[in-house]
Amino acid sequence: MIYLDNSATTQPYKEVIDAFVKVSSTFFGNPSSLHGVGEKAEKLLQQARRQIAQLLKVKEKELLFTSGGTEGNNMAIKGIAKQYQHRGNHLITTTIEHPSVIETMKQLEKDGFEVTYLPVDGDGRISLDDLQVAIKEETILVSVMHVNNEIGTIQPIKAIGTLLKEYPKVFFHVDAVQSVGKVPLELYEFGIDACTMSSHKFHGLKGSGILYLRQGVSLTPLLAGGNQESELRSGTENTGGIVAMAKALRMTNDYFNSSSKLSHLMNEIRIALSEIEDVIIHTPIKETAPHILNFSVKGFKSEVFVHALEENDIYISTTSACSSKHAQASSTLLAMGIKEEIALSAVRVSLSYHTTADEVEKFIHEVKNTIFQLRKVMKA
Amino acid sequence: MKYDRILIRYGEISTKGRNRKNFIDKLRKSVKRVLHDFPEIKVEGQRDRMFVLLNDQPHEEIIERLKGVFGIQSFSPVLKVEKDLDTMKEKALQLIQKVYQEGDTFKITAKRADKSFALDTFGINQAFGAHILTNMPSISVDVKKPSINLVIEVRKEASYISCENIKGAVGLPAGSSGKGMLMLSGGIDSPVAGYLSMKRGIEVEAVHFYSPPFTSERSKQKVIDLAEKLSRINGGVALHIVPFTEIQQLIQKQIPDNYTMTTTRRLMLRITDALREKYQGLSIITGESLGQVASQTMESMYAINEVVSTPILRPLIMMDKADIIDIAQTIDTHDISIRPFEDCCTVFVPSSPKTKPKLEKVQHFESYTDFEPYIQKAVENTEKLVIMPNSNIEKEMEDLF
Repeated sequence: MIYLDNSATTQPYKEVIDAFVKVSSTFFGNPSSLHGVGEKAEKLLQQARRQIAQLLKVKEKELLFTSGGTEGNNMAIKGIAKQYQHRGNHLITTTIEHPSVIETMKQLEKDGFEVTYLPVDGDGRISLDDLQVAIKEETILVSVMHVNNEIGTIQPIKAIGTLLKEYPKVFFHVDAVQSVGKVPLELYEFGIDACTMSSHKFHGLKGSGILYLRQGVSLTPLLAGGNQESELRSGTENTGGIVAMAKALRMTNDYFNSSSKLSHLMNEIRIALSEIEDVIIHTPIKETAPHILNFSVKGFKSEVFVHALEENDIYISTTSACSSKHAQASSTLLAMGIKEEIALSAVRVSLSYHTTADEVEKFIHEVKNTIFQLRKVMKA
Repeated sequence: MKYDRILIRYGEISTKGRNRKNFIDKLRKSVKRVLHDFPEIKVEGQRDRMFVLLNDQPHEEIIERLKGVFGIQSFSPVLKVEKDLDTMKEKALQLIQKVYQEGDTFKITAKRADKSFALDTFGINQAFGAHILTNMPSISVDVKKPSINLVIEVRKEASYISCENIKGAVGLPAGSSGKGMLMLSGGIDSPVAGYLSMKRGIEVEAVHFYSPPFTSERSKQKVIDLAEKLSRINGGVALHIVPFTEIQQLIQKQIPDNYTMTTTRRLMLRITDALREKYQGLSIITGESLGQVASQTMESMYAINEVVSTPILRPLIMMDKADIIDIAQTIDTHDISIRPFEDCCTVFVPSSPKTKPKLEKVQHFESYTDFEPYIQKAVENTEKLVIMPNSNIEKEMEDLF
């Protein structure tokens, strides 16, 4: 199997699963229990928080454990919007956000908030000028994703953070689900107030994630209950998932710091694909994440191409996994000004640190082969 | 640009007369300890300054670590440059450009140890000043209060150029003042008292009174976590856990309710003093702050202090709670301290402890019981832990992360 759909989810590291199994079987206590079994679980939780705080270079109390990206985005955006609505009711985001941001914004619009959706250019990037124009007296939150999940474009997060320092009333939320362990993310330096991450995108397990909330920022909790996680996220802590996440983040970080493998492999793919007639690469060359490449093969519906490669045991994706079951053109590509007929042919490959040069070579070979074969069929 | 060495200035140490050698030695050890994972680095301690020779190690990380070392007044990363005037001028310019911010002023401090160098100090000032002013039109000279002081030192082997002066953690080098026993309760104050003592060069050993089952394993863990934070300052802290249940029960039985608190503190102090003697300490450190609680009024301190003649150091005695909390937050102990577990001071608190206990009365109440054997027993059964940085995770849990 050649798995090239790592933006949808990654294969958990073996060590991560081992840690999960051990925590869940040996240290299964409820961290809130007073007795020793609970204490062990609490200790694990503290150690996980300490380790993640060190890796992200933030304070331990600035981390809230969640169930993943969707919860993190909902929690940050709704929570900040509600907490600070007395200051204003205007929110700003972009047209290419993940559905867990876009749909949250739409819900808030029904609740009386006003939302500005910033357009993107041909590279899928917003402009700082647009952002500055959109900010007004009532603005309380700007939410921009770090790396786009469909095309891999990096948004100018640091520049946005710097700009927003001039607007002390405006909070800055970043959806970093696709960027953790792939591109540099400096939460303090970039001026980020809230940041969403998800464990299963960096070889952890599904069902755990992190919301970074800068000290001094408050939010209205989504869930009412036992007041875990500094009273901001109720629910018995998923100790196994959280410990596994701490381990996955450390391992991914090690790869990130020691390897430029992703960009090398991706570069090979890009060069090979650009030589094929009728292939259009949508992912811009500069300021993009090293693990995502989005392209269209003219004349073939994305679905057809994905299934054709699957026959050779190669797994890539149409657009984002979340929306790929609907046969619609990617809204991100449309927002970039790509014609619908081309957008309907778009597919995405996404690598991981485990992807090998052999796999890449085979993938390139099969892409060429598949196009050749499909062409014969289509012409016949 | 690659720095060659870091120059460390001592500040207070240089006034310490005969002790100086000892101080410098302790400081050198502290510096070596924080940089222990950079074996390539050499530390050279001289009479009035110290050099950290970087040998190509990353200066940013090393600068960060040096900021936390007590006994350093200030330090500067230094560039070693061959004694060629043009090269020196170019490097000096690059250095200034690196730190320059709009509106900055500068001056040049030249030192010429190598008298054979072509320019004298005046000549150096003039040559370098002119070079910088021509290349950086927006910078101006201010010899009285410059924002950048460019130091150019010409020695026999090479010239040394620096322009950044980074503030050190001041205080005295770790361990240079001898050992003191810190009474560590688990509250906000005592870790702060410990930190301030370490800053004055005291080697701190913590003493904690543990009363199971009245206080839980978690309250002990809390103290271990606090000790772990303190251990980061100097690389390790001893923690003595005193079994205190029996004595506390005895006090409840023997002493009238409103005096139990006073007697409890007196016995804690006696035990701490016995431990101090055993481990050759010279003082006892507490987190007391005048008037904060019933045991910290002057009357209470008078009645409690009487049991020992060892100096009791109270670094927080005149500080306001808000200021103590500020320090607790900077040293990262505050959030551990506010974890809501009972400790031995809170479990047995009487409903109305005496805020103005009388010494004669407490002596009288205690005279009916011989506490000495209990004290000896507690000291004998005290568990000594050595807490190292990042050690607060059990072996069986380690591989999970």
